Amino acid sequence: MTIAAEPAAPIVALTGAAKHFGPVRALDGVSLSISPGDCLGLVGHNGAGKSTLVNVVNGGLSPSAGSVDFPASGATTALAAGVRSVFQELSLCPNLTVAENLRISHSALRGMNWRAPARAEIRAALDEVFPGHGIDADATVDALSIAERQMVEIAIGFAPRGTEARLVILDEPTSSLDAGIAEQLLSHIKRFCAQGGAVIFISHMLGEIFEVATRILVMKDGKVVAERAAGGFTRQGLVDAMGHVATEAAAAQAARVHGEEVLHTPEGLRARKGEIVGLSGLAGHGQAEALARLYLGATSSWRSPREAGMVFVAGDRGRDGLLPLWSILRNTSISILPQIAKRGLVDRDREAAVAAEWKKRIGIRTDDVTNPILSLSGGNQQKVLFARALASSAPVVVMDDPMRGVDVGTKQDVYAMIRAEAAKGRTFLWYSTETEEVCQCDRVFVFRNSEISAELTGEAITEERILEASFEMEGA
Amino acid sequence: MLVITLGPGNVDLSIPATMTLSGTLALKAMGSDPGTAWMGLGVAVLVGLGTGLANFALIYLLRLPPIIATLAASLIYQSLAIWSNRGLRIKPPAGLAEFATGRTMGIPNVALVGLGLSILIWLLLERSVWGRWLLASGQNLRAARLAGVPVEAVRAATYLAVTVFAAIAGYLLASFSGGAALNMGAEYLLMSIAVVVIGGTSIAGGSSNVPGVWGASLFMFLVVSMLNSYGAGAGVRMVLTGLIIIGIVIAASTRRVQR
Repeated sequence: MTIAAEPAAPIVALTGAAKHFGPVRALDGVSLSISPGDCLGLVGHNGAGKSTLVNVVNGGLSPSAGSVDFPASGATTALAAGVRSVFQELSLCPNLTVAENLRISHSALRGMNWRAPARAEIRAALDEVFPGHGIDADATVDALSIAERQMVEIAIGFAPRGTEARLVILDEPTSSLDAGIAEQLLSHIKRFCAQGGAVIFISHMLGEIFEVATRILVMKDGKVVAERAAGGFTRQGLVDAMGHVATEAAAAQAARVHGEEVLHTPEGLRARKGEIVGLSGLAGHGQAEALARLYLGATSSWRSPREAGMVFVAGDRGRDGLLPLWSILRNTSISILPQIAKRGLVDRDREAAVAAEWKKRIGIRTDDVTNPILSLSGGNQQKVLFARALASSAPVVVMDDPMRGVDVGTKQDVYAMIRAEAAKGRTFLWYSTETEEVCQCDRVFVFRNSEISAELTGEAITEERILEASFEMEGA
Repeated sequence: MLVITLGPGNVDLSIPATMTLSGTLALKAMGSDPGTAWMGLGVAVLVGLGTGLANFALIYLLRLPPIIATLAASLIYQSLAIWSNRGLRIKPPAGLAEFATGRTMGIPNVALVGLGLSILIWLLLERSVWGRWLLASGQNLRAARLAGVPVEAVRAATYLAVTVFAAIAGYLLASFSGGAALNMGAEYLLMSIAVVVIGGTSIAGGSSNVPGVWGASLFMFLVVSMLNSYGAGAGVRMVLTGLIIIGIVIAASTRRVQR
């Protein structure tokens, strides 16, 4: 490690780096240098070029123009320079254990008994980042909750793996973590940077950015539009720099009158017509499972009625939402096919009209809806899943943490859309890991250990009450 | 092709046995009497429906992997064919045999039937709601289910469709070759899968290619005929056919990875 007194050579230096995908300028001439001790907060809208920048830095993509150098280590590849990435799309192998997943990116582990050092290393890394994590190094990844998987992935990113991590890139690391775990991560990032490491931290949660970042970089349309020390921004200034007129959460909602009860599950979930019902609690306490059970129970694997009674918005896009081979158009229309079909054949004009309408309404960033779904950035893919659900006429919409990886501006648009749809009489069930979102609901069920531990309505929905209900037993 | 489009693990190995059984039963029902061709077709379709239902019942109710369920079931179908056939070789009705071996405008009638069915399937896959559902289920079964696709109904219909088509093929083949034979489906076990894969349908599911199946069938036919005309023995022919299939599948999959 470089001695702190000297002006340290940057770990990574980009000069005029650009990346084009056909006509799309995903990255349009970015110059940037990251020195030891830096914690760079990277913000911007969906499709602003954040993920492309990350991939250029970590060597996943080679720039179309400009250069990427690693002066501190003199290495030629990102891997040798100690650049690590933790992605928002989880990239563990679900059929392997936690320790075996470490081995995939740790080629120095060899010999007959490589599992033992692998176990020790991943355990040490987990203990360091997330003290008291409770994850077994021998558990297979598919037995872990999504939050635990994210924790493992982060721990692998920080693990020494034969060399040492100099620059760790975290892409939306906290979007599936609950507040307590996220706090552990943030304090680890601070420790790591203080010891001379560097971090690129991408998040849509501005509070976290302000908490850890020493420098903030704002991207828009593939360019860096602002770069300042963290103190140089205010929250409002940051949102303005991203190019969205901030509409902070409309706090006071008029108390609305709701219709009759449309839903009542044996577990105690209840919802009335036109109501927005939130599911909260710590991540992985059975909320997602409860929603999936509810949805699978209410719909059939054998029949698809013309007017669906319930639709589902997936949060785990890769597993539950996307149909990866298809275009945006077909991904949008899949749930409404029976509605727009004539004698079993799809009415393609109506399908195109529906897709065009939703592209406009929800702002899917694409030139043409017949482009493949995977050409979109993560947040825009999520918008497609919203469009899929909202385009149907189903009276009940089930949402399983749907805002993962969606930027602030879009979130506000979607909140407004949800409220408007609820006012028209639709019922929403909304699981979210972000307390701020849950506080916008009319009624909140807090989950603990797969059971409902509290039901809050109206004025009683506050962050304190929700936290209280999520932790109660664990504190005792 | 349809079953393979359903995604990894979905395959119907009962096709040869279904062909044999439908050919045998249909010819037995017709008993060489004139004017019974449609009745025979009806019997064949019923056999197809029956085997399809049995396959899917094994897969759905007993939760067997399709490869085992259909292979085990095919032993039963083959035995049924042996039991009902008892070595008899019943000739098809004259009119039907004439149709099956005849040509219209220089094109074999059997090929025309195949073409008609292909166009029907192509229309279903490209335009119909069911086709969309099938393609969606093949890409990601869980996502399709959560998007409101009735996935089990789609799977059932697909397994049924495949055996019905196999049964019709068995019926035509038996009429073409002047009677059902117990081994008449044997060659189609590997071939039916090979032409689908060579034709560009994804083994990973969710994408299918109807014209590709035609291209691949013609290609395989060309290869086999060429080897025959060079006088290669049966052993050499099969070895070469196997090698060609392996080679093409490797070539096709590496191309896809590079892209």
